[in-house]
Amino acid sequence: MIDQLISTFETGNGFWNPLIWITSFVIAFLIIYILRGFGKKDYKKGTGQTQVFLSGNPEYEKEKMHVKASNVYWGFTEALKWIYNLFKKIHTGNTSDYVLWFVVIMAVLFLILGVI
Amino acid sequence: MMITFNIPFIAVVGLILVGLIAVVFKRNLIKIVIGITLIESGVNLFLITLGYREGSIAPIYSSSPGGIMSLPVPQALTLTSIVIGVAVLALMISFIIHIYKLYGTLDARKIRGDEE
Amino acid sequence: MNEMLDYLVLNSPALVVAIPLLGAFLTPLVGMINGKLRNLFVIFITLLTGFFAVLLANDVFTNGIRTYVFGNSSPMTNPVVRIFFEVDGMSAFMALIAVILPIVAVIYSWAFMEKETGLNKYYTLILLMTTGMLGMVLTGDMFNFFVFLEITSIATAALVAFWTNKKNSVQAAFKYIVISSIGALFVLFAIAIFYGQYNALNMAVIANSISYSFLDKIALGLLIAALAMKAAIAPMHMWLPDTYSGAPSSVTVVIVGTTLASLYGVFRILFTVYGRQLLTIMRQIGEFSVTSSIVLGVFIVILATITIVIGVFMALKSNDFKRMIGYVAVAEIGYMALAVGSAISTFHIADGTAAVQMTSYGEMALTGGIFHMINDALDIGLLFLVAGAIYYATKETSLNRLGGLSRKMKYTTVFFLIALFAASGLPPLNGFASKLIIYQSIYQVNPILTIVAILCSIMILAVFVKVFHSAFLGPKLPSLKNVKEVPKSMLISMGILAFLIILFGLFPEYIINNIVEPAVNALSNPGSYISAIVGGA
Repeated sequence: MIDQLISTFETGNGFWNPLIWITSFVIAFLIIYILRGFGKKDYKKGTGQTQVFLSGNPEYEKEKMHVKASNVYWGFTEALKWIYNLFKKIHTGNTSDYVLWFVVIMAVLFLILGVI
Repeated sequence: MMITFNIPFIAVVGLILVGLIAVVFKRNLIKIVIGITLIESGVNLFLITLGYREGSIAPIYSSSPGGIMSLPVPQALTLTSIVIGVAVLALMISFIIHIYKLYGTLDARKIRGDEE
Repeated sequence: MNEMLDYLVLNSPALVVAIPLLGAFLTPLVGMINGKLRNLFVIFITLLTGFFAVLLANDVFTNGIRTYVFGNSSPMTNPVVRIFFEVDGMSAFMALIAVILPIVAVIYSWAFMEKETGLNKYYTLILLMTTGMLGMVLTGDMFNFFVFLEITSIATAALVAFWTNKKNSVQAAFKYIVISSIGALFVLFAIAIFYGQYNALNMAVIANSISYSFLDKIALGLLIAALAMKAAIAPMHMWLPDTYSGAPSSVTVVIVGTTLASLYGVFRILFTVYGRQLLTIMRQIGEFSVTSSIVLGVFIVILATITIVIGVFMALKSNDFKRMIGYVAVAEIGYMALAVGSAISTFHIADGTAAVQMTSYGEMALTGGIFHMINDALDIGLLFLVAGAIYYATKETSLNRLGGLSRKMKYTTVFFLIALFAASGLPPLNGFASKLIIYQSIYQVNPILTIVAILCSIMILAVFVKVFHSAFLGPKLPSLKNVKEVPKSMLISMGILAFLIILFGLFPEYIINNIVEPAVNALSNPGSYISAIVGGA
């Protein structure tokens, strides 16, 4: 029973065992933690040594610096504007268009299965 | 001779086509609901027509004059389907009442989700 | 004790459907006495159903197909005229999904719905949805499947419009009932075609005597299109984000189950009812014979790829929390359909016998697709519960007005992290296990499919990182000062799902061997399904 629980499974081209993955992760984390302990411990909290570096710009209050959700992936959506315009036009929200797509797929299936 | 026996099937196809046209191309919500009722009537008619045998009488055993009876199973299926259709129709109309109270209009193009 | 257990197992297919139905009708009576007593009664009914479903699943996974005939105690007559419930491995697998989701939803609604009125009707309708889902997956009769499909869709539509003062809910409910009703009517049309040709409504009898005539092809087209529309495969997926965002969050968790049950209907029709007939050769191009299975498999794979791409792209642009999770749910259904479609396209005749066989990577793809069904139900369920918790605490659903919630709602943040990692397929959680199988097996069908699938999986991670950043991280907003952690019952239900996700992720081999393998074997051997009722086909 125990060896059934912790066995790996094969997909024909590879294998996956989550317990080995977790063990290697824990070992790597321990190594990193030990390496972190070799760093400098003498720094003064609260002074300029722990603040964010903004290259000379004034720091606004925190609420205005938070990037809002609709602006997070601006670069991605700007670059792919042609796809997004197409998708926005398709998703109209109209009930009749939903049934129209159903009729189109049904007609395509009839053509594929019955005629060809 | 063949035409008279095929008229119910032609009527079925006609009803379903008219119902689909009403659902896809009409903008008023109540006309969409009427279209769905037409499709349902077409499917019920198809179920009843499948059980007909030529020159048959009603499938009731007590004091029957004898002879071929038409199949009773599709008639039971059609009764179930009619009852389900009535319940769905009542539900759809009550949704239309709520939509009219909230939106003020029955145009399907103005009733869309907040797709932002 | 042992024979009482045997007696319960013998009657369990009917009990699993009858207990929620009886509970649904008793709930308003109990609700007249006390509110809390009714909540406890409903939780008891769903737990009892869960017990019987686990009992039935245990028996079917070890012993094989179990049938139950309604209204007669003697074995099958000839011709088969009664209604049968036939539970094979796939049905028991779906019954497990269909029973865990309402348990979680009912525990969640103890605190989530506390301040609403009309709760008697709410609990009655949730129990009716449970009945409908379980009936859909356990039945062996096609008209019975249609009746349970209608029961589920009517109860769901009434629950989607529960908040009748919100615009979003009511219009989503109208769209859902129109789509659902048209789909069910075309399923009835196909059932009528079957009845007219073979004079039988039982799935096993139809599968035994089916001959792939022209009318059967029409019926196949109708059934696949209608059931795929109910399962939200593109381009008919557009009702799903509206419905999932208009309903209260605890109801959405159960609607996920009904969508998966409709996808189960597609698989049942393709693999069991049509089974061997899908190998008829339609066209001969030189040496290569194009069978129906190749045509259908390629069609389903193309639609599934479009589903994944549309789902992920629209999720990236959306700003409303529940709509975004709805679009990700559409993409996940695309993964399941991709895996099963590529399994169908590898059908061929096994040498020696006359049975249908898939290649080894085809069977692997089927395993991955079916394993992904239960993983997806758990992941999307947990995501919707977190969205509901945020709505309960802040009364906001738009991501533009949220921020810095992780300081006060610590447990919700942890649950959201677990759901995020699971839905985007990161190790060591359960999403990675099923997606790994899907990637590696569809690579051998066509490498481009794997590329698209992996890229879209990364984009799902991007979508949820956006949500995590804008809702949970960041500074405290002044408009959200009074945010507190959600009540305990909501945390308990989220904890149950998170525990199951971690369990399925840490021991995938055990789950695959004991729960998914019987389902895959049941789908690939339609002969055993037929011979359990018709006998010696």
